[in-house]
Amino acid sequence: MNSSRRFPVVKIADIRPELRQLQRRAFLRNTLSLGGLTLLTGCDLSTNSGVDAALKSILRFDDKLQGALFNGRRLAPTYPPSAVTRPFRFNAYYPEWQVRGVPDGWRLEVAGRISQRGAWTIPALRALPQVEQITRHICIEGWSQIGRWSGVPLRAFLQRIGADLRAPFVSFRCFDGYSTSIDMASALHPQTLLALDFDRQPLAPEWGAPVRLRIPTKLGFKSAKNLQAIEVTRTFPGGFWENQGYDWFSGV
Amino acid sequence: MPLHRQPTVSAAHPGTIRLLHWVWVYAIGCMVFSGLQIYNASPSLPFTFPRWIGLGGWLGAALAWHFSAMWLLAVTGMVYLAYGFISGHFQRDFGVPNPRLVSRDLRAALTFRLGHRLGHYNAVQRLLYISVIAALLLQVVTGLAIWKPVQLGALVNLFGGYPIARNIHLANMFLIVAFVIVHVVLVGIFPRTLVSMIVGLPAEPKS
Repeated sequence: MNSSRRFPVVKIADIRPELRQLQRRAFLRNTLSLGGLTLLTGCDLSTNSGVDAALKSILRFDDKLQGALFNGRRLAPTYPPSAVTRPFRFNAYYPEWQVRGVPDGWRLEVAGRISQRGAWTIPALRALPQVEQITRHICIEGWSQIGRWSGVPLRAFLQRIGADLRAPFVSFRCFDGYSTSIDMASALHPQTLLALDFDRQPLAPEWGAPVRLRIPTKLGFKSAKNLQAIEVTRTFPGGFWENQGYDWFSGV
Repeated sequence: MPLHRQPTVSAAHPGTIRLLHWVWVYAIGCMVFSGLQIYNASPSLPFTFPRWIGLGGWLGAALAWHFSAMWLLAVTGMVYLAYGFISGHFQRDFGVPNPRLVSRDLRAALTFRLGHRLGHYNAVQRLLYISVIAALLLQVVTGLAIWKPVQLGALVNLFGGYPIARNIHLANMFLIVAFVIVHVVLVGIFPRTLVSMIVGLPAEPKS
């Protein structure tokens, strides 16, 4: 495992320009924009205003529509190895220098509506059938890149742990503080993987070590890295970005 | 036509068009300003838009605006297309102008000699309106393609794949904004059209 990986110590002086930029950004977010002035205020999903409530209810309608549009047999396009993007862009809700190494004694926990309890080690996950994919990772910000991942199809894993496949949600919790959740239909899609390798190497911490979700039928933020626990549930789990206003289904 | 009906002078801008027009000012405004904010999250060209112009304040809210206002635009767009064909507005006013007339009217327009009669569309206007309707349709189609590049894979392939489709969506937005600028300048030159778009002035006789 990669828990021994060391990251450089960062001094406050090294990141002062970034800190200043963040402060400025927070200030600007709190001031009125032209859009806000001309097209109603209180429209950034952070308030309880009627406008925000309307936006959120339309997002829920969009989610239903996206669920209906989703075809469990339609595959995301795959690409030849020559198309893989190099260097691959790092992305997380924190900068790269804050990437966490794998905690000592890490195990993948499983919970909720399942019959086979017990945590999983990496060798146990590697003993399950593995598949490889070269697919496009599309970020909600608009950029995209092509990567190569391999690992256990989530469908096979869910069957192995005796998951209730009629439960509507599969939730993912990560040891870096991140979380997300997906619908069961997308969880059972053949290209949805618990990825162990990136570009034919065991995942490094910045790419989600020791195991991550890779789901090419959804936007990139749904492919949670650094997994700690998977839960099959009937209760809507939300997620790190979803709770702040990113559209929950986020299918592509 | 029933005999008892008096021939009336029809409005240059019928009520349906006036209503749709002002709904679109709002809907297209929401789409463009939230779109600029979305673009700023990851610029594909070497510039960003000033922060104060964006709608939503951050990416998540901008997307919520974009994916909400799109319904207003789509529904009113379909109402408009249905109205245009059923009322005969498209057949009457938006026939594709012949290039000779376009070049004649364009030359007149550029030398400020092209007149404007409420309720009648000269060749330059026809060309502009046909173009902006086509651009709006293209914007809907490229928007669908980049919203659902897997589920609507055939559509995104038609535009050369996801990254190219995204840039077409952006470039086409600039065309729509350019139309709006030209449109507003022309309204400034013929302010009666603005009055007519609000209260519905009668169409002027054809010269």
